[in-house]
Amino acid sequence: MRVERVISDENDSFPVGMRVLAVDDDPTCLLLLETLLTKCKYNVTTTSQAITALKMLRENKNKFDLVISDVHMPDMDGFKLLELVGLEMDLPVISKLYDKMPSVLSANGDTKLVMKGITHGACDYLLKPVRIEELQNIWQHVIRRKKFDRKDRDGSGGQDKPYIDSSEAAGLGNVDQNGKFNKKRKDQNEDEDEERDENGHDNEDLSTQKKPRVVWSVELHRKFVAAVNQLGIEKAVPKKILELMNVENLTRENKFRLYLKRISCVANQQANMAAALGSVDSTHLRMGTMNGLGNFHTLAGPDQIHNAAFRSFQHSGVLRRLNTPAGVGISGLPSSGLVQLSPVQNLGNTSTNQRKLQSFVIPGNHNANILQGMPMSLEFDQLQNNRAARHVGQFPSVDNTTGSSQLPTLHASNLRDSVSGFPNRSTLSDFTSIARASNQLHGSKADIQDQAFPISCNAAKIISSAPQDWNAPKKDAPYQSNVPSCSINSLRAVNGDMAQLGQCLDQNNPIFNRNVGFDFVDPLSIKCSEGENLAMEPSVIEKEGYLMVQPSRQGIYIPDNEGENFAMEPSVIEKEGYLIVQPRRQGSYIPGNLGSLEDLASAMTKQDHDKGKPTDGDFGYNDYSLRTCI
Amino acid sequence: MDVVNQLQRQFIDYSASLHREGFLDDQFTQLQKLQDDNSPDFVVEVASLFFEDCEKLINNMARALEQQQGVDFKQVDASVHQLKGSSSSIGAMRVKDVCIAFRSFCEAQNRE
Repeated sequence: MRVERVISDENDSFPVGMRVLAVDDDPTCLLLLETLLTKCKYNVTTTSQAITALKMLRENKNKFDLVISDVHMPDMDGFKLLELVGLEMDLPVISKLYDKMPSVLSANGDTKLVMKGITHGACDYLLKPVRIEELQNIWQHVIRRKKFDRKDRDGSGGQDKPYIDSSEAAGLGNVDQNGKFNKKRKDQNEDEDEERDENGHDNEDLSTQKKPRVVWSVELHRKFVAAVNQLGIEKAVPKKILELMNVENLTRENKFRLYLKRISCVANQQANMAAALGSVDSTHLRMGTMNGLGNFHTLAGPDQIHNAAFRSFQHSGVLRRLNTPAGVGISGLPSSGLVQLSPVQNLGNTSTNQRKLQSFVIPGNHNANILQGMPMSLEFDQLQNNRAARHVGQFPSVDNTTGSSQLPTLHASNLRDSVSGFPNRSTLSDFTSIARASNQLHGSKADIQDQAFPISCNAAKIISSAPQDWNAPKKDAPYQSNVPSCSINSLRAVNGDMAQLGQCLDQNNPIFNRNVGFDFVDPLSIKCSEGENLAMEPSVIEKEGYLMVQPSRQGIYIPDNEGENFAMEPSVIEKEGYLIVQPRRQGSYIPGNLGSLEDLASAMTKQDHDKGKPTDGDFGYNDYSLRTCI
Repeated sequence: MDVVNQLQRQFIDYSASLHREGFLDDQFTQLQKLQDDNSPDFVVEVASLFFEDCEKLINNMARALEQQQGVDFKQVDASVHQLKGSSSSIGAMRVKDVCIAFRSFCEAQNRE
């Protein structure tokens, strides 16, 4: 039944001919899986031992496009295998769980398992018995990843380079930090909710693509954030993320603590998603007046659903969102790290009031992420100087985040400062720079907004960086690179009027495009194991009439989750009269910048519908705003 | 050919009854759909594989349960879990349900 087919052109052959490696100790299942896959015209290889599977994978990394692995295996823990494969080989992994129907284990048990899977880097999960329809969708994971990968590589060459360099540096930094964070995260995660859905995972995948290390840091970061935010409300991942996003915006005013909580939750979730989205973060939170909460969550992506792996963040539900929240502040984050933060933050933010806090927190988280991976801290510092206490609100969040995220927080604060610095400055450039460096503290009006960015930045980072770019006409190329890394923070809140935003967006698009190249890298890496992570949530924050749209790059998410990644959760948060809608962008926002905006808008619209966020009305509004901007 | 037809009809009736009684569920139907010219004996293969595996697992369980000094419920549970997975894969619904009940007993550490 095995067909040895050579895939000549990746683009064309998908889904046909995709090479899948199936690992399961149960021979019945294995045979079944093999048959199903063959029916789907995939190229199947099976093994009942995890060790054998690893060997096969190691001997030739390009031999397989996808790995499906059981989680219950005698010779090696399925989750461990997931991690190894995901990190080492940058392959999308799908974990198979047992169906619990009627579940013997509580519902939590299943969710936890899934979360665990996501946290460990699974792109997606399947329940047994395996159905053929589900298998037919898995190719999307692979294709997305490849797409992102390619995009990242091909993206504006010049820009990519600097970006890559910085991300690499960040990656290295992240690696170390990842290790640390991972630990922390793990602990935290365990302590924290297990509900974090899969968020984390997706992100990891994304980042793994480009830089496994980076991803990790993001995740870690996110986790960290999540952990920190744990205090906050943990909502379903999507929600959390949204909240995080929202929170981020709010951060300005709200207590930082609340924010932290939110962020944690969201961040966790988002972390996963953020990872995936991280790149996507591009959602800029345009925090017009801060009031609007950056919705950057979009990043949070669907991680929740699958990614148990998301563990670091509360990917659950908000998964996507988390990413975005993380993106908010973290835009600077090296994509993986940032993303993670965002998600966590997003979670934390869930509560609207706390949104503010969260948003801050998120940025903090992001910052941490960013700092870790990225030298951005330097930038932040600069930014900080620029901005005065405007971002006071932001600072708190940053501070908070810093607290939580041990190392990163420090950076975060720096970022915040810098970010806040930016918000103060009406100059776009500041924002852009800040957005990049720190997570996008934008907050043209409200410092918070900026912060929100960082959080969502992960995914949004890129976006934010982009917007920032245009904000600051002069976005230095370096920034862009930063942004990509930060991408998460993309929350950039653009204080400017919507029109400005729109303009900025347009302007940014070109810039963004450049950044996008980078961003993609990040988002890709972030690709959380679960596609869901992608859920970029474009957060649209309307503040005082300004709409902040945070386009979340879905492109990246997608890699993580099958299609779900796109799930951007539009979070609509009305604050003080401002609507914050975090539309989730589906479809790579970044890739096309121009196109992405549209996608965003559509994503948002879609999201809105899907999500039915708190205020439907708001959504509509948001969509509108988005469109207007676009 | 009559015999063939008869057998076929019998087969159909039998599987219908199995479905009704809840022995099999949709998954099995899907399995059947997978069988085609390329893999003519697919269902048979899967079924026999399942039986083999099943047997092994049940033996494990029996051994574990018979132990005089403290039954190792964890092991029993693991076996049951695997059996549950397999049975659900091929669509043996009742077996799966029984497994689920079994597992709860295991958790309760109830030997009876």
